[in-house]
Amino acid sequence: MPDQPEPLESYEEGRAIAPTGAGGASDLATAEGETLEQSPSAASGGRAPGGPLGTGTDKKPRSLWSDAWRDLRRNPIFIISSLVILFLVVISIWPQLIASGDPLDCDLSKAQEGSQPGHPFGFNGQGCDVYTRTVYGARTSVTVGVLATLGVAVLGSILGGLAGFFGGAWDGVLSRITDVFFAIPVVLGGLVLLSVVTSSTVWPVIGFMVLLGWPQLSRIARGSVITAKQNDYVQAARALGASNSRMMLRHITPNAIAPVIVVATIALGTYIALEATLSYLGVGLKPPTVSWGIDISSASQYIRNAPHMLLWPAGALAITVLAFIMLGDAVRDALDPKLR
Amino acid sequence: MADLSKNDEAVAAAVEAPVGRGEPILQVRNLKKHFPLTQGIVFKKQVGAVKAVDGVSFDLYQGETLGIVGESGCGKSTVAKLLMNLESATAGEVFYKGQDITKLSGRALKAVRRNIQMVFQDPYTSLNPRMTVGDIIGEPFDIHPEVAPKGDRRRKVQELLDVVGLNPEYINRYPHQFSGGQRQRIGIARGLALNPEIIICDEPVSALDVSVQAQVINLMGKLQDEFNLSYLFIAHDLSIGRHISDRVGVMYLGKMAEIGTDEQIYEHPTHPYTQALLSAVPVPDPEARAHRERIILTGDVPSPANPPSGCSFRTRCWKAQEKCSQETPLLAIPQRFDGLDTPAAHLSACHFAEEKQVVPVH
Repeated sequence: MPDQPEPLESYEEGRAIAPTGAGGASDLATAEGETLEQSPSAASGGRAPGGPLGTGTDKKPRSLWSDAWRDLRRNPIFIISSLVILFLVVISIWPQLIASGDPLDCDLSKAQEGSQPGHPFGFNGQGCDVYTRTVYGARTSVTVGVLATLGVAVLGSILGGLAGFFGGAWDGVLSRITDVFFAIPVVLGGLVLLSVVTSSTVWPVIGFMVLLGWPQLSRIARGSVITAKQNDYVQAARALGASNSRMMLRHITPNAIAPVIVVATIALGTYIALEATLSYLGVGLKPPTVSWGIDISSASQYIRNAPHMLLWPAGALAITVLAFIMLGDAVRDALDPKLR
Repeated sequence: MADLSKNDEAVAAAVEAPVGRGEPILQVRNLKKHFPLTQGIVFKKQVGAVKAVDGVSFDLYQGETLGIVGESGCGKSTVAKLLMNLESATAGEVFYKGQDITKLSGRALKAVRRNIQMVFQDPYTSLNPRMTVGDIIGEPFDIHPEVAPKGDRRRKVQELLDVVGLNPEYINRYPHQFSGGQRQRIGIARGLALNPEIIICDEPVSALDVSVQAQVINLMGKLQDEFNLSYLFIAHDLSIGRHISDRVGVMYLGKMAEIGTDEQIYEHPTHPYTQALLSAVPVPDPEARAHRERIILTGDVPSPANPPSGCSFRTRCWKAQEKCSQETPLLAIPQRFDGLDTPAAHLSACHFAEEKQVVPVH
């Protein structure tokens, strides 16, 4: 190439490429690159490594879950919410620890009376002690809320997640089934399904909530699995020869679970409230079962005369829901290294 | 059909000759990927196909870098995915050491994957944000436990970090704590972990800053010498393609237009598409810029769902004649150069292949 323009020769001398033709800039880049390549040896020589987070000081290998746990232990929101939940679990199992009375021991002459010594929350419309009933109600309400949420989250995210991951016919069938379930109105469905059940335990109610609740979670799980699946790191794992279960457990689940946690914790409150609605309609829990839902729905008509009857069980419900939402939030944040 | 087999023979005959690096490590023969276009919701009916890759053949030799260049949508990345078995080929074969890997599955495929690895385009989505660097680079060892004994893995991961120019102490960090160039180094370390023979690089630097591109490219060159790697290097930047490649293939609309050594392609292109592509490369020198001819193509790239008959480039080619719409040009050494000892005698899929002076890029 004798007629080749002179200045172009100089580019051959620079070892770096000149993608936009800026020879000087790319020489600089090469120099930078080499310094960077040498830096590790310098670092191992003496410089204490570790960035703003102080990583590198401990030699123990770390993983997402161990880091998340370390993070959670120092998170006040997590500590407070788990203490509240622990307290709720304890009084659900042993309500007599903090309430000595009997929730079914009522005196109609004291109906709707306010706070009195020994009866700090007052009495309800039947003259029962609101404090004792609120404490005893925790068992059914927490059981219904937690078990229904767990059932919905597990069933919904497994079915939705598998549908999102494998796609194809399995996904099509599942999506149509979710559509069918979405079309069933909750209250009407409850009236029809639960009216034929004679058992007075909490199980039919929980089963009904799981049956009608899973499609919502399954849609969310399906969507977030599809989003996560499209990322290159899943392709990279596949290119390494990773099995489907490895891709799902190591790559997709941690990256797809956040929306499921958020929706599930919010749904927990809805389920406790739904239990109240069903009880009010006479198809949920039946007296003598004590639950916040039953107390809230029976007190709601007297809110102007005796608001305390409503406020105490409703407050307990609000604190429970808040504790679970805070827990879910803290767990979600701990699983996102970017927020650390 | 006669056309195809003739093409295959021509390719086989021609690719063996020029380089002389011994046995090819990867042989791609008439590889096709057609994505079906369907209509209907319940009863799906195929109404056509997007011919993303439509009969591509090339060889990759031990220790060489084969660059694949071409504009967006010409099927470069699909070729990479087909070679990695991330997509299944519609037709054609990929021979790795004589074994057709497109038909493999299960254990046999996993064994081949140890030897063919990939570096992805986007360092921001190719690393799992919820895994530490140690877990990301160590994952190949979890999947192929025979490569490194369990107690040895952490040390191996640190060695790899050192090899790609990162501080081995960063092992417990998360990807978001790194810059784009550093992340791409992590991706390269992951690709190197299993000690593969072939690394397929799907535009590994196009998402990076220009100054960082040089670092990463130079690192890849260094690693190639160190580990005797063969690269299939996909790029849309012609200068980078030339810098790193020993041989270059130019793709257009799912087909290979021209393939040869970097000198043959960049200084003596014979395919009009390559000439047009090269004439669009920015020239830094204003004097040279004044002298060069820009070839401006008219029209758009045709849809790969409905490619033109005959030569796929004929709709935009200034040389197109009646013959081009009737006969598909074969990827072969053009007749007028056949047997001549000139750099223009390389594979070019054009009926009217001839040299045309375009300003070379360096």
